[in-house]
Amino acid sequence: MSTPYAKLPGWADYGLIPVINLFVAFVVAGFVVMLVGENPLRAAAILVEGAFGRGQGIAFTLYYATTFIFSGLSVAVAVHCGLFNIGGEGQGYIAGLGIGVVCLAFDSVLPWWLTFPLAIIAAAAMGALWALIPAYLQAKRGSHIVITTIMFNFIAASVMVYMLVDVLKPAGSMAPQTRNFLEGGQLPKLNWIIELFGAKIRSAPLNVTFLLALVMAFLVWLLIWRTKLGYEMRTYGHSPKAARYAGISETRIIIIAMLISGALAGMMALNPVMGDQHNVALDFVSGAGFVGIAVALMGRSHPVGIVLAAILFGMLYQGGAELAFEMPAISRDMIVIIQGLVILFAGALEHMFRPHIQALFASISPRTVGIEAVKGKGA
Amino acid sequence: MAQAAIELIGINKSFGAVRANRDINLEIARGTIHGIVGENGAGKSTLMSILYGFYQADSGEIHVGGQPASIKTPNDAIALGIGMVHQHFMLVDNFSVLENVILGAESDALLKKSIAKARSELERLEREYGLEVDPDAIIEELPVGLQQRVEILKALYRGAEILILDEPTGVLTPAEADHLFRILKQLKEQGKTVVLITHKLREIMAITDTVSVMRQGTMVATRETKKTTVGELAELMVGRRVLLRVEKGEAEAGGIKLAVKNLTVKDSRGVTVVDDVSFDLRAGEIVGIAGVAGNGQSELLEAISGIRHAVSGSVMLDGKPIDLTGAADPGELRERGLAHVPEDRHHVGLVLAFEENENSILGYHDDERYLKGPFLNIDAIRDDAKDKITKYDIRPADCRLRTANFSGGNQQKIVLAREMEQDPGVLIVGQPTRGVDVGAIEFIHKRLIAMRDQGKAVLVVSVELDEIRSLSDRILVMFAGRIVGERGPEATEGELGLLMAGVEHQEAAE
Ligand SMILES: Nc1ncnc2c1ncn2[C@@H]1O[C@H](COP(=O)(O)OP(=O)(O)OP(=O)(O)O)[C@@H](O)[C@H]1O
Ligand SMILES: [Mg+2]
Repeated sequence: MSTPYAKLPGWADYGLIPVINLFVAFVVAGFVVMLVGENPLRAAAILVEGAFGRGQGIAFTLYYATTFIFSGLSVAVAVHCGLFNIGGEGQGYIAGLGIGVVCLAFDSVLPWWLTFPLAIIAAAAMGALWALIPAYLQAKRGSHIVITTIMFNFIAASVMVYMLVDVLKPAGSMAPQTRNFLEGGQLPKLNWIIELFGAKIRSAPLNVTFLLALVMAFLVWLLIWRTKLGYEMRTYGHSPKAARYAGISETRIIIIAMLISGALAGMMALNPVMGDQHNVALDFVSGAGFVGIAVALMGRSHPVGIVLAAILFGMLYQGGAELAFEMPAISRDMIVIIQGLVILFAGALEHMFRPHIQALFASISPRTVGIEAVKGKGA
Repeated sequence: MAQAAIELIGINKSFGAVRANRDINLEIARGTIHGIVGENGAGKSTLMSILYGFYQADSGEIHVGGQPASIKTPNDAIALGIGMVHQHFMLVDNFSVLENVILGAESDALLKKSIAKARSELERLEREYGLEVDPDAIIEELPVGLQQRVEILKALYRGAEILILDEPTGVLTPAEADHLFRILKQLKEQGKTVVLITHKLREIMAITDTVSVMRQGTMVATRETKKTTVGELAELMVGRRVLLRVEKGEAEAGGIKLAVKNLTVKDSRGVTVVDDVSFDLRAGEIVGIAGVAGNGQSELLEAISGIRHAVSGSVMLDGKPIDLTGAADPGELRERGLAHVPEDRHHVGLVLAFEENENSILGYHDDERYLKGPFLNIDAIRDDAKDKITKYDIRPADCRLRTANFSGGNQQKIVLAREMEQDPGVLIVGQPTRGVDVGAIEFIHKRLIAMRDQGKAVLVVSVELDEIRSLSDRILVMFAGRIVGERGPEATEGELGLLMAGVEHQEAAE
């Protein structure tokens, strides 16, 4: 007999459950650490210390988080419209091309604050374009968006290899990447904000894209809950039949939602390309598009949750790097395992502890717990 | 007096500010059929959900078979011999009957062994209670009536001595409902206890031994069915006298608003479901379409309202054609004054996950009143929703509440309020009062008649003959996709029943 999920008080739903999931993920990860003969408590201390202990670490954590905010928002927008866009990786990668072209063309003539808006537009347009074809195929032909977006990740990877090796690589250079951007293609750092609080930073890639990410998070909130378009997307996401009844065109809404989702995924490329490396290199997205899925899941597809989840994953990336450095027994791959555990417990097994927590709440104070009506139940 | 199978003592349950159950005491005697009636939102489903372990009471005690019981989850309830048949079945569509019955109650790790055991047990139950279903049939291929039997079998298989049915007949055809009642009587004869929630007072009179009435969260009366009447029950439920049949004057039919000609619709498998249907709908009249569920009425409504593709024929709204290719924009039809209350409010007419106010603009969200440029005008939307809540007495009066948390009748009022308040020229309504209490039926009927009297054209499709007869100025009967007859409101139930059963109308007229 299936018990519908409980409706818990908001703070438990959005606060307690993620914290418990995280805790369990870390406990399991602790066992893995013990398995390789290291002290899990010390490992945890290094991880947290590495991510938040010094200004340097904080800046790196936020730098990684910036990319994840974009990719998380991208997944969330599609999810609100009932679509699972797992092509963020490819959409972000191909967007690097747009950014590269803008920067190569203008970095010697325009200041960064003029190149940046152009690059934002180019990144969004390329990402959106890359999402458009799967969206069109889904809307018109019913080709499943999960399959097509993942295929497009591969196509993007091949296209980028070709572009970087055969087209954009400066003659005579060995590395498959564009030339380095001049000043006009480099974004200013934000490290001074952290330094305001007294921390010292040698060099860290945190840059103005972080602010853009926060602005986009707000705009996504506005879009989803405050605009007519968002209303239509949510209607379709909850019930395509109701959308049909309400006169919402299925084709139109799928395509628009995917364009927005793709544009957000595209913008994540700004952070590494213009903010850090100052060139377009092979594989610069390195999985951030997929992390976005976990971030959106954990953040409950709400921009606030996504920002918090993105910071958590930023911490795992940054702290994980420190950990691999400090504890030789823990390799880079171990860090991936730990990240995987967090995704598993916080994302995929999101509901694992929910029934127990509900039962607990029910026995402590029944008044707070109601059951969310099952789809179709009621009457 | 037989021993009590269940005793509820001082049950209280609140959802936020809503007191769904207050201090409920109820005794259900073993081996009886006990009816529970009450307005929408009176707290019937909540009370039963507490008994079945879906909800926890804030306070109060439950005794089962004379012993105090602690029921925290449905599993506790099942262990105590309490089974529940949900209104919307919880079956796995692509599993067989047998697989569904044993799901979650597999006794062995080896499925094969438990299947063999289950099969013989299932056959025994089917014989004993007249619950025939082919154990190997796939659920999605069964009509709802049989799916419901599977739900009952599931409960009995788990050893249920007490069976709760929440509005079981809402989705059944009259013949299926009759069969269900025969099964329930059989269960009673075998000593089982049945709790039946329904809005159909006739069913209460026909089958229950005892009936309890709830109103606004309290238990107001318990009567022996033999000693009460439909009128008394209705009055107890609503707290005032209820018109079971709304008075209406002669229709003053005006010009043709909607003209349907030779309309033919096929379903996705290419089977003709609406077959060459023609009729006119005039201003100032209510036309009712009667018929047993599944005879093409739903598809007819969908085609007219532009959400289903028709293969041939035409529909004219105010003399101008409606696009029947399936590409019609329902939004444009709304602008042309066609409003549609769909049959399936859970999946079509409402988005259950939305707040009430968000649903009160569904389909009208393009309207400037609700927008500020590309943005939703949240204040205007909520004010508008509050107005409708007051006007249609939607309870609880909270436009921020999730729609799923409203009771069925109130959900229906949300849809009706939205569509009627747009002041359409033509209103088409599917199952206007499915799952709706007598007081609300009276209200909805009055509204529909008021619309007619204002010169609107109203098309009503309903499987409730009573409803069709009391609302309609003209009655069309559908059978197997065709309109097989037209009658006036004075037609007898027997006459319509024969037409609905597909008996040739010459014979029926005799
Ligand atoms: N999970 C919930 N959260 C908040 N309010 C709820 C919830 N479930 C029910 N309610 C409210 O409790 C009251 C009782 O609801 P209940 O579903 O028990 O009514 P009912 O008698 O079964 O009505 P109906 O005949 O329409 O099915 C209603 O006001 C309803 O809106
Ligand atoms: Mg109910």
